Amino acid sequence: MPVARSHAIALLGLDGTVVDIEADISQQLPGFVLIGLPDLALGQARERVRAAAANAGCPITHRKLTINLSPAALPKHGTAFDLGIAMAALAADGVVPPASVDRVVHLGELALDGRLRPTPGILPSVLAASRAGFRTVLVPHGNAAEARLVGDVDVVGIASVRDAAIWHGAALQPIDVDPLLGAAPVAEAALDEGDLADVVGNRDAVDALQVAAAGGHHLFLLGPPGAGKTMLASRLPGILPDLAIDAALEVSSLRSLSGLPVGARLVTRPPLESPHHTASPAAIIGGGSGVLRPGAAARAAHGVLFLDEAPEFSPHALDALRQPLESGVITVSRAAGSARFPGRFQLVLAANPCPCGNAGSRDQECLCTPFAQRRYLGRLSGPLLDRVDIRLRVERITAAQLRTAGESGGVDTATARMRVRRARAVAAERLAATPWRLNAQVPGTWLRSPAGVPERGATAVLDRALERGGITMRGYDRVLRMAWTLADLDEATRPDEAHIGRALLLRRAAA
Amino acid sequence: MAAKDDLGRRGERIAERALTARGYEILDRNWRCPEGEIDLVALDGEALVFIEVKTRSSTAFGHPFEAITPGKLSRLRRLAAAWLAERGPVPGAARLRIDAIGVLAPRDAPASLEHLEGIF
Repeated sequence: MPVARSHAIALLGLDGTVVDIEADISQQLPGFVLIGLPDLALGQARERVRAAAANAGCPITHRKLTINLSPAALPKHGTAFDLGIAMAALAADGVVPPASVDRVVHLGELALDGRLRPTPGILPSVLAASRAGFRTVLVPHGNAAEARLVGDVDVVGIASVRDAAIWHGAALQPIDVDPLLGAAPVAEAALDEGDLADVVGNRDAVDALQVAAAGGHHLFLLGPPGAGKTMLASRLPGILPDLAIDAALEVSSLRSLSGLPVGARLVTRPPLESPHHTASPAAIIGGGSGVLRPGAAARAAHGVLFLDEAPEFSPHALDALRQPLESGVITVSRAAGSARFPGRFQLVLAANPCPCGNAGSRDQECLCTPFAQRRYLGRLSGPLLDRVDIRLRVERITAAQLRTAGESGGVDTATARMRVRRARAVAAERLAATPWRLNAQVPGTWLRSPAGVPERGATAVLDRALERGGITMRGYDRVLRMAWTLADLDEATRPDEAHIGRALLLRRAAA
Repeated sequence: MAAKDDLGRRGERIAERALTARGYEILDRNWRCPEGEIDLVALDGEALVFIEVKTRSSTAFGHPFEAITPGKLSRLRRLAAAWLAERGPVPGAARLRIDAIGVLAPRDAPASLEHLEGIF
């Protein structure tokens, strides 16, 4: 049969589209034409496929081979199409049965010796194949464990193009080759987050961290250098509960797409991304001219995006975060198309109060002019800070605190995570009938509905603050949300006066 | 005569025999002009066919057809025009065609032959 068809997946962001690979052999001088908007790396599949097939002992035709990638108008990039192209070409030549090739999605880049290389983006591709109704996927041996994370697809790990042809039923003798394996997956424990118990003093900050984790509130830490802001922020992922199954699949897919190793198990711990403050908007949000890559914010989805020295970031990069903070989705638009990435992360900002860092601190004098001070924090735009619920001032600890710290003993990560998980469960139960799961997500209307109103009379202190102009109406709602989280942590049924007072403190402690 | 020319002649003889057996009428062989050489000119029914024969003793350096490059193909077209200009129209020929024949002729085994019709 001179025409055959196989299938592969074109990825745009995390969304995959099934691509039909059509191969046609015509009675012409030898040639290999690849059409259907391939990018440079995909266009070079011509040389890879020809050499790999020949070296694996199942050479492709000596006639003119035309490969069409359909839908032809969809831009395609990357090297994961190699195996599909090789199989379509061999099927058109009658080496392998075309019917078998047509049922299967093929993924993987070919090495020149005919072996299959581990290829980035396998997990989201297999997910897309499964959603499109394919039941069998051929992947490189080194990606098989990753591909099997998608439960309902029959994953076949293949070492070489010859093995793939034999799997389809080609009359070839198997040749044993060593499969190419990717980098070993990084052991998750290697990521040293540190324990919450390492934090000396700073009880308010440790409490605020648990509130942030339990309610999904964004967090802003303000304090002089050496107060332990970075130490605190890096311990937030540790006290977040394990990821639910679809969140874990999304986080693992993003790792796969970023070319990071994905092991045989889903990533179950929330990720932490801390981009440097020189990062561009594209590095934070995602971008790229050919392949659209996820940025730090997308990689932090379902985890924590930590911006240390937040005022040093470019205003463009910071304001680019406003869209994902609002919608939970990151949309990157480029000439090659629009990619959507998940963007529901928890934002943690850390900043010094002024360029010298000592403004407002008790032990050292600030050397900055008032204007410099104002300008420094003014770089964090109002709309961005408006979305941050908890604004906490962190102080350097004093010698007295250091001495007493050993006696009281702080809460450790395991205990805090347990509390957070319990509080989240309470909130999820209360919000079961609504589309929201975390206190930070509920809108103001719910907070004023019978289900969301605090104990009678408990809001007196808050009402007074509103009357005196200490907080805005929006701030009022945010305090109520945090009060709910505090109540959940205390296993109270409704926020009382103490909860609201503490919530007000978390809100007003800085700026 | 060099060994490669020897092999070429052998391939051309094999090709000629095969074409005759298929009913082609050979009009010319190894026709030369300053620009190059046409291996075979034949009449296949109504078609006047210019044939390039490529012979290899093994595929170690690629398939015979892989040696027919786009440059060689366009030269073949110019040669066909030159042949027609010199010989004048051929009675009974309604169409022109350029074919390629690849002959794989190992030293001590029977030769195999592949024929591609209309290669442009």
